[in-house]
Amino acid sequence: MPVIEVDQLARSYRSGSRFSRGARTEVEAVRGISFEVEPGELFGLLGPNGAGKTTTIKMLITLLLPTGGSARVLGYDVVADPREVRRRIGYVFGGDKGLYERLSGYDNLRYFAELYGVPPREQRQRIAELLDLVGLTGKEGQRVEGYSRGMRQRLHIARGLLHKPDVLFLDEPSIGIDPVGARELRETVAALVSTGTTVLLTTHYMFEDDELCDRIAVIAGGAILAEGTPEQLKSRVADGHVVEIEVFDGVDDRIDAVRAIAGVTSVGVESSDRSQLLVVRTAAAAQVTPAVLAALEGRSLGRVATREPTLEDAYVELVRDA
Amino acid sequence: MKILRLVAVGWWLQLKNRSRSSFDGLLSILYPLFFATTIFFLYRQNGDEAALVSAAVGASLMGVWSAVSTSASTTLQGERRQGTLELLVAAPTPFSLVILPATVSMATIGLWSFIVTLLWGRFAFGIPISFDQPLVFVIAAVVMTFSLGLVGFLQAMASVRYRAAWALGTLFEFPVWLVCGFLVPLSSLPDWVTPIAYLLPPTWGVSAVRAAAFGGSPWRDIALCLATGAIYAAIGVALSRRLVDSARGNATLALT
Repeated sequence: MPVIEVDQLARSYRSGSRFSRGARTEVEAVRGISFEVEPGELFGLLGPNGAGKTTTIKMLITLLLPTGGSARVLGYDVVADPREVRRRIGYVFGGDKGLYERLSGYDNLRYFAELYGVPPREQRQRIAELLDLVGLTGKEGQRVEGYSRGMRQRLHIARGLLHKPDVLFLDEPSIGIDPVGARELRETVAALVSTGTTVLLTTHYMFEDDELCDRIAVIAGGAILAEGTPEQLKSRVADGHVVEIEVFDGVDDRIDAVRAIAGVTSVGVESSDRSQLLVVRTAAAAQVTPAVLAALEGRSLGRVATREPTLEDAYVELVRDA
Repeated sequence: MKILRLVAVGWWLQLKNRSRSSFDGLLSILYPLFFATTIFFLYRQNGDEAALVSAAVGASLMGVWSAVSTSASTTLQGERRQGTLELLVAAPTPFSLVILPATVSMATIGLWSFIVTLLWGRFAFGIPISFDQPLVFVIAAVVMTFSLGLVGFLQAMASVRYRAAWALGTLFEFPVWLVCGFLVPLSSLPDWVTPIAYLLPPTWGVSAVRAAAFGGSPWRDIALCLATGAIYAAIGVALSRRLVDSARGNATLALT
């Protein structure tokens, strides 16, 4: 039986007050999505900002009521049986918030251990285990206001695991933490999955999903655009290639010309301090490099490279077409 | 037993969290002290020492109500701002058992301002502090504090659903000082005020503390203070699930 069953789940928000003069508008944040997550699976929800990832996760952890469809976690309906769902799940989100700044890390864990019904006799040992797991042993006595962002994130993870949840929801957990911290976080998540915990992860970092997830659903505009293993998603663009050209003196005025070249499926630009990287995705068997170089004639060019598509390329294709 | 432990641990950690800021701590003492000082000056002009002593007790208790009325409404907005409100709701513990210890911890902080204001009256204004029944006085003060925490609990529950409900605390702060006889005896107020005052636990709390201080029998007032507080708590518990569900439906648990 799937651990998470989502069927035509929808959520819309109303903005504006019934007492204000302005018209009330309704925004559909999630538009009837369906997916299932199997036991022990690490399932990723991948999408840009505003795609509906957090809204979806908040409905699954019982913080938001759906406006349509249904969802069950471990067989319990998120609307009808919220307490049963809450007993069995953990929730961790990214960023600085969600902790009592003036309390120590230990007191934060102690408080939530009580709220999550961890038996008093087990609390001390459980907290010690988790502090060890997230590498905060020795720092637990410090007030959280003195913690770095990475330390806060690790404390969040420890909090989310206090009651040994069967399912862990991670909402952009690596947001804002440094690469080393993010890597440690990925290792912690991988270790959890290896012990049988089912994880639903939302992120917009492609490599995170590519490295960790068994399956991914790409979501944009509140709808699921594609679902599958990272390899399956990559195979959607596997027939094509990606041409990357470094341009030193501006490329914005040539993008339309490049886009018009036969065989080009999409064009993107990544800017850095000294140059811009033109990323040209091509259809199968299309040899577009000479035509692209011709379109950039007169510009000062650096590295020109052709590579295989990555998950990010598959993602860009999907989101662009949405 | 499990519930008692949960409430006790919640109360202690929330108290710890609230009392860690020296600025907030100072403000929670200075603010009521300012009003009390004004009242001490007013009553001293009158020359009636009995009225001054009675006003001193009432003025000292004002701080307890202020600590509850303003904090109870703003605290959930604070939890919302720091991202912990969603985590509290997402916990399997009934939400009312999460919030109740928090509001009682606010009233406990008000108890400090009560003690400081009494001492301020004694040493800065020479108001004599001699209680007929010191132990009963302490019991009455603790019961009043707890009962006011229960009123704050109901206020806090409203803030779960309505983000702007924090303003209620400020709205109720001064009227309750007047209506519940903190400064002026109920008998001096218009008749229509009396039924309203009887519905409010601070009325019975102030009366109980005064009775314990000046030789009356406070037990009936202590019982009524606790009973009226319990009614507010019962309303809060009864509404909690509906308010939380409404907050889930209207997406008001987070700021965005």
